[in-house]
Amino acid sequence: MSRPIVIENASLFGDTVASLLIEDGVITAVSTGTLEAPADAVRIDATGLVALPGLVDLHTHLREPGREDAETIETGSRSAARGGFTAVHAMANTTPVADTAGVVEQVWSRGREVGLVDVYPVGAVTVGLGGTQLAEMGAMANSKARVRVFSDDGKCVHDPVIMRRALEYAKTFDGVISQHAQDPRLTEGAQMHEGVVSAELGLAGWPAVAEESIIARDVLLAGHVGARLNVCHLSTAGSVEIVRWAKARGIDVTAEAMPHHLLLTDESVRGYDPLFKVNPPLRTQADVDAVRAGLADGTIDIVATDHAPHPDEDKDCEWAAAAMGMIGLETAVGIVQKTMVDTGLMTWRDVAYRMSALPARIGRVEHEHGGALTEGEPAHITLIDPADPWVVEPTASASRSNNSPFGGIELPGRVVATLLRGVPTHLDPRFEGAFA
Amino acid sequence: MRHLLSTQDLSREDAILILDTSAQMAATQEREVRKLPTLRGKTVVNLFFEDSTRTRISFEAAAKRLSADVINFSAKGSSVSKGESLKDTALTLQAMGADAVVVRHWASGAADRLATSGWMHGSVLNAGDGTHQHPTQGLLDAFTMRRHLVADPAGADLAGLTVAIVGDVLHSRVARSNVYLLHTLGARVVLVAPPTLVPIGIEPWPCEVVHTLDQAIESYDIDALMMLRVQRERMGGGGAAYFPSTEEYSRLYGLDGDRMRRLPDHAIIMHPGPMNRGLEISAEAADSPRSVIVEQVANGVAVRMAALYLLLAGEEGDQ
Amino acid sequence: MTGTIMGAPDIARALTRIAHEIVERNDGAEDIVLLGIPTRGLPLAHRLADRIAHVEPSFDAENSCGALDITMYRDDLFKNPTRTIGVTSVPQGGIDGRVVVLVDDVFHTGRTIRAALDAIRDIGRPRSVQLAALVDRGHRELPIRADFVGKNIPTSRSERVDVRLEEVDGEDAVILRKGP
Repeated sequence: MSRPIVIENASLFGDTVASLLIEDGVITAVSTGTLEAPADAVRIDATGLVALPGLVDLHTHLREPGREDAETIETGSRSAARGGFTAVHAMANTTPVADTAGVVEQVWSRGREVGLVDVYPVGAVTVGLGGTQLAEMGAMANSKARVRVFSDDGKCVHDPVIMRRALEYAKTFDGVISQHAQDPRLTEGAQMHEGVVSAELGLAGWPAVAEESIIARDVLLAGHVGARLNVCHLSTAGSVEIVRWAKARGIDVTAEAMPHHLLLTDESVRGYDPLFKVNPPLRTQADVDAVRAGLADGTIDIVATDHAPHPDEDKDCEWAAAAMGMIGLETAVGIVQKTMVDTGLMTWRDVAYRMSALPARIGRVEHEHGGALTEGEPAHITLIDPADPWVVEPTASASRSNNSPFGGIELPGRVVATLLRGVPTHLDPRFEGAFA
Repeated sequence: MRHLLSTQDLSREDAILILDTSAQMAATQEREVRKLPTLRGKTVVNLFFEDSTRTRISFEAAAKRLSADVINFSAKGSSVSKGESLKDTALTLQAMGADAVVVRHWASGAADRLATSGWMHGSVLNAGDGTHQHPTQGLLDAFTMRRHLVADPAGADLAGLTVAIVGDVLHSRVARSNVYLLHTLGARVVLVAPPTLVPIGIEPWPCEVVHTLDQAIESYDIDALMMLRVQRERMGGGGAAYFPSTEEYSRLYGLDGDRMRRLPDHAIIMHPGPMNRGLEISAEAADSPRSVIVEQVANGVAVRMAALYLLLAGEEGDQ
Repeated sequence: MTGTIMGAPDIARALTRIAHEIVERNDGAEDIVLLGIPTRGLPLAHRLADRIAHVEPSFDAENSCGALDITMYRDDLFKNPTRTIGVTSVPQGGIDGRVVVLVDDVFHTGRTIRAALDAIRDIGRPRSVQLAALVDRGHRELPIRADFVGKNIPTSRSERVDVRLEEVDGEDAVILRKGP
C-alpha cells in the first residue's frame, strides 16, 4: 500500500483553492479549509499550482510495435506522464498495423506493464490502412483492449463507400471513426500548405480544400447514417466553418486541434527545416486564428497532440525526403497555456474540459478518466505551475525521439506532477523530497 | 558572398556586381589563353543528385578556367530510392576539403539545407533545387539581356525593360529565379501560362500574369521573351495533366514565326534549354537572328566563373 | 618625413621626364603600348601617352593605351576581402611583338608587377616588358626592378604612400602618411 498523499492549497481547475487527500488511488477528501490527513501522508505544497484531472490524449503515436527506434510504449508513456497525461490513445499505424485483436491487445497489455499512463489502442478502420477492406472492428472492440476509437490516421479513408460502412458499422459498439481528412488525389506529393509560402519555396502544395472537402463529405455521411465522427487534427479556417455548420445541424461530430496548429504557421517552413514538416501542414495565421477561435467557442472539442516521434535520420535530411510529424506530449500544456489561457480565450476549467473530460468521453473511457476532482474519483491528477517559464530543449524530452519544432521557444508554464491512480508518474524535482 | 542560394537574397548592388564581374570573365574568354590562375588551390565539387549534363559541364568549365580543382560527384537518388543521405554526402565533402559545393538536387531547399545545417563549411552554390531556384540561370539570363538591350551595360541595371516568361511557371526554378532578380534589377516581368501552371499564392510575386501568349504580345512592348521548357510528365494525356494536349499548348503558348514577327524589332528570344522544338518554340524562332539561346550557354560559363570568384576569393569567412 | 612629398608640378615634371626616358630607351615610340594597372596606373598611362605623342608626333596616344587588371592574378586573393575585378583592355593590334610599358602609381613589394607579368602572359607575347612607376617606395619582396621612376621615396614599412590624381581624386599629390 502506498502512503496517502495530501495536495495542499492547489487551485482546482484554476479557480478554487482546496486541498485533496488521496488514499489507495482514490480522492478521499476535498476541502477548502483544513484537511484531516493521516500522520504518514506525503504532503505536497501546491500553493500557486493549478490542479486538473489527468489529461487524456486522443491522438498519440507510440510507434510500438515496429518502429521502436522512434518510440516505444515505455518511452512514449514516460513522455506522456511528463506532459501531464494519464491516458493516451495509441494510433493504429504501427508495423504490423493495429487492425486485429491480437495487435491491439499486445499494445494494451504492454501499456499496462509499463504502468505510466493508461494506453488505449486505436484500431485501424481498414485492413493494413489500405482503405479497401474494413478491419475486424468488432473483434478489436470486444478484445481486452476494448477499442472504441478507429482510425486509419496517417491515411485518409477516402473511399466514400468504405467510410460510410465504417461509420455505420462502428455504431454496433458505440465506436467512433476518427478521420484523417486528406483527399489523396489533391495532395499527391504535397509538402506544405499551398499558398504564398509554397509558391515562393517551390514546394508542392497541400491545399486547405483537400482537408475541407473530406470533412464536408464525412459530416454529411455521419449525419446521413446517424453515426459518430471525430475529425483528426483539424487545421484550416474552412474546416472550422464546416464543423460549426455540421454541429448546428445536429450532426454528431467532434474535432481535434493540435498544439502546433495553435502556435505555428507556414512561415516556419522558410528555412526548409524538416522539423516543421507535419501532416496536415502548418497553415496560415488566419487559419491559426480560426482554430483558436473554434477551440474557444467549442466548435473544436478537444486538444490532442498528434505526438509523432521520428528518429533523427528521418529529419536530418532534405525537406522532401523527411518524415512528417513532430513530438508534442511534453509541450502540449505549455502551448495551450500560451495560446489559449494567457490570451484569455480559455480558462483552466476549459482546458480540463477539452484535454481531459471530453477526450475521455469521445474515446468512451469516461468511466476511467476525465472525471471531476471530487471524492470517490480515481486520483488522476495533473499539477501545473502556470508561472514557471521554460525554454523547450528537444533532446531533454523523455521521448526516444527529438523531433520537436519548439526548441528554443519559451513556454509560460509546465507540468510539475502527474498522478495516475494516486501514484506519481512524473514529479518535478521540487517534490522529490516529499516522497523520499 | 558566402553562399549563392536564391536570387531573392541578392540586392541590386550584389546583382550588378555579379553581372559586372561576369562581363570581365566573359572578356577573358575571348582571349587565346582562357585559363586564369585565380582559384588555384581551391576545390570545387559538383554535387549532382539530378542528371543535368549541361549545367554540370558549364560549372565544370567555369571552375577549370579559374584553375580550381574540380571533383564531380554524382549522387543518384530520389525521394523514392533515397540512396546516400544528403547529410552523409555533405560530411564526405567536408572531409575531402571542398571549398565550394555546386549542388543540383531534385528537392526544393536542398541547397539551403546544405548551407545552413552545419554539416559542412564550404560555400554552397545552388545549381537548381527542385522547383525552387536556379540563381545562376537567372543571372545569366539577366546578363544576356543587359548585353543586348542596355546601351551602356557596365554598372547598369535593367530598368525600363519588359520581360515575358512563358510556360510552366508552377514547376520552374528558372521562372522563380528570374522573377525576383529581374524585379530587383528594375525590369517589368510578365508571366504567361495557363492557370493550371501558375502557382496558387503567386500574388506577392513582383510580376504580372496573363494567360495567353497572344495577349502578352498585344498588351506589352516585350524586350525579351523567354520560353520555358515543357516537361514531358506535365503534358496532356494522363489524368493529372496540366493541359489537354501538346497541340493545344503549342497553339496557345508556343512561339512560332508568326508570333515572333509581332514582337518589337529589337526583342530577343531566350530559352534555358534544352528545347522541345515544335512544342514551346518552333525551329524558325529558335534559329532566328533574334534568338540568343546559344549565347545564353556561353554566358552561363562567364556568370558561373563570376559566382565562383565572388564566393571563393576573399578571406575565409568574408561576407 | 610625412606630408605632401610631390605636388602637381612635381608630378607633371616627373611624368614628362619618364616620357622622354621611354622614347630614349626604345629609340623612338614605335611599337610602344602603355598598359596602366587600375586604378591610378590608368590615368598615368594616358598622361604618359600624351607626353610621348608630344615628343614623337607619329605616336598614336589614343590607340596605344590600355588597362591591365591584375586582380585575378594576385597571390593574396584569399588573404584580403573580395576584390572587385576591373577592366582589362588591350589596344587594337594587341601586344604581340610590341613593347609593353606597365604603368603603376606606387612600386612597392613587386607582387603587383609579378601578377601583371602573369596577366600579360595570358593576353599575348610582347617583345619586351618595361615598368614605369610614379613613386618607388622600396621594400621589394621579389627580384623585380623598375625601368622608369618618377621619384624614389624612402619609407618605413608602416608608412603609407597615397597617390592622388586629378582624374580619380580631383587633385594631383603624393602624400606620405604615418602608419596605423
